[in-house]
Amino acid sequence: MLFFIETVISGLMAGVMYSLVALGFVLIFKASGIFNFAQGVFALFAGLALYDFISPDGWFYELFGFVLPAWLGIIATMGVMVIVAWLVEFLVLRHLVNQEPIILFMSTIGLAYFLEGLGDTLFGSDVKPLNLGLPSGAWDYLLDTHNLYVEKLEVVAAVVAAVLVTVLAIFFQKTRIGRALRAVADDHQAALSVGISLRTIWVIVWSVSGFVALVAGIMWGSKSGIQFSLSLIALKALPVLILGGFTSVPGAIVGGLIIGVGEKVAEVYAGPFVGGAIENWFAYMLALVFLLVRPQGLFGEKIIERV
Amino acid sequence: MAYERNIGDTLLAVDQISLSFGGVKALSNISFSVNEHEVFAIIGPNGAGKSSMLNCINGFYHPQEGTITFKGKTRRQVRPSEAAREGIARTFQNIALFKGMTTLDNIMTGRNTKMTKGIFWQALRFGPAEKEEMEHRAVVEKVIDFLEIEAIRKTAVGTLPYGLQKRVELGRALAAEPDLLLLDEPMAGMNLEEKQDMCRFILDVNDEFGTTIVLIEHDMGVVMDISDRVVVLDYGKKLAEGTPDQVRTNQTVIDAYLGVAHDDEDE
Repeated sequence: MLFFIETVISGLMAGVMYSLVALGFVLIFKASGIFNFAQGVFALFAGLALYDFISPDGWFYELFGFVLPAWLGIIATMGVMVIVAWLVEFLVLRHLVNQEPIILFMSTIGLAYFLEGLGDTLFGSDVKPLNLGLPSGAWDYLLDTHNLYVEKLEVVAAVVAAVLVTVLAIFFQKTRIGRALRAVADDHQAALSVGISLRTIWVIVWSVSGFVALVAGIMWGSKSGIQFSLSLIALKALPVLILGGFTSVPGAIVGGLIIGVGEKVAEVYAGPFVGGAIENWFAYMLALVFLLVRPQGLFGEKIIERV
Repeated sequence: MAYERNIGDTLLAVDQISLSFGGVKALSNISFSVNEHEVFAIIGPNGAGKSSMLNCINGFYHPQEGTITFKGKTRRQVRPSEAAREGIARTFQNIALFKGMTTLDNIMTGRNTKMTKGIFWQALRFGPAEKEEMEHRAVVEKVIDFLEIEAIRKTAVGTLPYGLQKRVELGRALAAEPDLLLLDEPMAGMNLEEKQDMCRFILDVNDEFGTTIVLIEHDMGVVMDISDRVVVLDYGKKLAEGTPDQVRTNQTVIDAYLGVAHDDEDE
């Protein structure tokens, strides 16, 4: 029993990490109908920039002779992500207004490889241990009392994700800008007619997803160092989105948790019968089943079409 | 008209507007002006350029020639968001609502240009942003009362019947407290009862809030009933302008509507 609980908890924690990446996808998809393939690279890029600001072997130190404290580094990185968001709007999206979704999708693939290359050129491709002073190691209390092994860092990640989702959900549902974001997602012309500026909204939404990418980058980076495989997490976020629904913030979280727990439990209990490695494909199988049964996902908006 | 209103000075002046898409001339040399507090109708057969005209006024289309003067500001091109900020609201021929959102949220978007608190407060929905939200909610509730749609406040508009969607769309435009309201076929596809309701709302808006209204409508009975003045377009050209009575008896208009052969048009 104890082992089962440990498996579930470690699955949940892995799920939180997936959710953080999936969240970035949902935000952009919700507001602009664009599936941003570059979301994983955003997280990587944010992590690289942050590392650069706070470590003595980065550009920043070379130029200015000092490093930023962690909190200032995070704010500076946020600034970088806003600039990236603005550049994406200015250089790419602005010229592709009213194009087919597939064209926008292709442009984000281009963006992903461009950013990855840029990150490589600027910061180098070696694995960088990100140390922000977040708690690490096992949570002693649980280990002593219940003999459960839970990483402190993963608990922090879970709390951060919960706070992030709450704030985003309120932002989307209850504020003017949140409503404007949803309005733009629904109908460009109508949004324009009530005075919403598409360009502003796009910069905001890409900035917000840049912020989410930063959080994801920090969490993944603290756990396993900032490495280029981070950009591949984007692929793991896909089944999460199919499960949770492309347009639902809570869906990204629940989807991430289900996938995280599902693949861990499947690996441990069903793995031995089929020779293991279930973890690699379980998420995609689950997504496939979901596509057949409930294509809009658990929480996705039902597609309403009057004829 | 049954009641007397104070028709004011010119609010909107359209001067020598020409618009073409590639080789197709959608509008040529159109001029007219609309006075404050007026109900002004644009009529004409399908493809006459009526919707194009509205799209020029609120900045969706940019005419190649001519100027549009609104509230004394003359310009060739205006951006839709600018037009909205200066007090032009509109509805669409094919309803353009935010289908996934509730009636309340849809109408709240109409307040967009009036809400100013920055993204920082918005992100936290805290302090000034929350207070602002409450104030605007009050205005929106008034609009909802006015249009008698209290019962569907929390319903996703995509699931509403057509007539109600049209009403919500009007509500969103009204929430902006516009000086000029553009209505593109507000009664298209409605049954008689819904048409009567809509007529009443349009007249009430004009009467109670003094909003100037420019509308496109195919139902001649309605147009002649509620408009102060009418302009008639055909093939992107202006055929006539005047009171409903003047237009009704205008021979060119009658010809256009009854489809008299176009070879004897220079009578």
